[in-house]
Amino acid sequence: MKTESRLEKILDKGAFAVTSECGPPRGADPDVIREKGKLLKGVVDAANITDCQTSVVRMSSFASCLILKEMGFDPILQMVTRDRNRIAIQSDILGAAALGINNMLCLSGDHQRFGDHPQAKNVYDIDSIQLIMTVKKMRDEGKFLNDEELTKPPKLFIGAAANPFADPFEIRALRLAKKVAAGVQFIQTQCIFNLDRFAEWMRQVVDMGLHERVAILGGVTPLKSVGMGKYMKNLVPGMDVPDAIIERLKGVEKEKQSAEGIKICIESIQRLREMEGVRGVHIMAIEWEEKVKEIAEGAGLLPRPKV
Amino acid sequence: MIVAEAKPIEEVLAMIDRYDKIILAGCKECVAVCAAGGEKEVQLLASALRTARKTAGREIEIREVTLERQCDPEYVEGIRGFAGDYQAILSIACGVGVQYMAEHYKTIPALPGLNTSFMGGSLEQGVWSERCQGCGSCVLHLTGGICPITRCSKSLLNGPCGGSAQGKCEVDPEIECGWQLIIDRLKALGEFEARFVELFPVRDWSTSRDGGQRKIVREDLKQ
Amino acid sequence: MHLMKAFEEGMDGVYVAGCLEGECHFLRGNLRAKKRVGHVKGILTALGINPERLQMYNLSAAMGGRFVEIAQEMTERIKALGPSPVNTGQGRESVEEQQEEEEKQ
Repeated sequence: MKTESRLEKILDKGAFAVTSECGPPRGADPDVIREKGKLLKGVVDAANITDCQTSVVRMSSFASCLILKEMGFDPILQMVTRDRNRIAIQSDILGAAALGINNMLCLSGDHQRFGDHPQAKNVYDIDSIQLIMTVKKMRDEGKFLNDEELTKPPKLFIGAAANPFADPFEIRALRLAKKVAAGVQFIQTQCIFNLDRFAEWMRQVVDMGLHERVAILGGVTPLKSVGMGKYMKNLVPGMDVPDAIIERLKGVEKEKQSAEGIKICIESIQRLREMEGVRGVHIMAIEWEEKVKEIAEGAGLLPRPKV
Repeated sequence: MIVAEAKPIEEVLAMIDRYDKIILAGCKECVAVCAAGGEKEVQLLASALRTARKTAGREIEIREVTLERQCDPEYVEGIRGFAGDYQAILSIACGVGVQYMAEHYKTIPALPGLNTSFMGGSLEQGVWSERCQGCGSCVLHLTGGICPITRCSKSLLNGPCGGSAQGKCEVDPEIECGWQLIIDRLKALGEFEARFVELFPVRDWSTSRDGGQRKIVREDLKQ
Repeated sequence: MHLMKAFEEGMDGVYVAGCLEGECHFLRGNLRAKKRVGHVKGILTALGINPERLQMYNLSAAMGGRFVEIAQEMTERIKALGPSPVNTGQGRESVEEQQEEEEKQ
């Protein structure tokens, strides 16, 4: 079923899609989202709002998506299975669709150990793949998980995440295949610094013909400094930052490192555009949202096509 | 076995603070195997508690007893003869034992001397590791004999999350990624294609603790 | 259990003598004993009894001179610590105060 999603329309048109994300505030202030939204206006086809990322409590993705929607964006609702059971999940899916949210990213979610409330009880009633199946069932069969009919199917464009750099490497393409079989329509990958390793993963994905069934958006993140590069390399799980990148940043004076980081990011996007099967880019500039426009511009992605 | 661990002695002392005459009841089964509540532990704890009391210029009378099990009415009844002479029962059996004491001796407080943790086995002497969370519908035949509910920190059923790195779980580098283990085992058994590719549907959790207190009845064995 | 009992009965100090490491007659008995001594020291600390009152020493049966040294060392240490709180009934002993006393002497 086709949805009202602008992202879906861009991809159907064959254009290279651009998405980005906003991290909501740790308080009840809607203006934080509005400010971030202003920085992304005209730059992206759709924007994610993260869902208590790294298990840290923030304003809900659902609420924040509505704020973005008011500003004219096509928001992507992120939903993790860590905090909600299937009852709440199906309920929120109906609510999101009713309020005109057209995209949903299905995730398991970082374990609560990482976050600010490690004593919390987690849920994980269903996993991310089962969540994809749930949205698809509700949308295409008009049924709840218990096979009872719902009254009006939610129209949501279904997305998920993929991490080509996590272990075990050899099953990562297979795991994508499972998500595709479950019904996923677009994928945003973990941020890519090791383009060779990513290319290897894409080769496997293309070999399996998956690129024709799902739109893969390669994730990129600009590095602000050598310190940030090292942090991501050593302390963030599932991240592969090659030494060559750190060395390249080291080779530049401190004040110029962030500009170099942006350059590296733009070059990555250019390389991604040339890879078979990559149909867009997901720019994650955490707490550096003001740079997304510069990156998109530098990579020749602006202005965004009309749909 | 059920694996439990002794509560910090300060906590136990605080629990028995108002009593001068208690029963200290151990158990010869699981907690004896994991060296938390067997006969030896009863003796050692009793001695420590008496020593602590002396240090404070006080006394305590402790009746040391170690039952076959504290989860069968027949054995728990074994202390009926003298239980009434005591002010509290400090049980160093698992949580089941403490509750059986409470149910059988309604007017005597039953106190837990242990923190009961999990169902597991020994890796080596002195080390016990969790293996089973009692989900009530075992799928070990589908995952090469490795439990995705227990060994995966998120109880995922369709493969590892993006936080799996070098066979370790993102939550703690000491914890092995359950799905890495499952995948390796399925490959070794030649079952990888058959098991991993298929989508694992949403699970029925009503057979696990989420469904409320469980009970198993064997009609053929009832008197 | 023997160690715990000794303190319960009011011993002010206990020392365990085992063979030199690597030369145990029972192969690893002295290593196991060391671990158990460590465990009981933990219990003593939790009870408010200075764990220094319990010590393990390693020596061979032929080291008479060393044995005398150890006996003297232990006696001095326990004298400095004073009677065990089990005997005084005055509550937990302060390990920091005792360490200061020792340093003064």
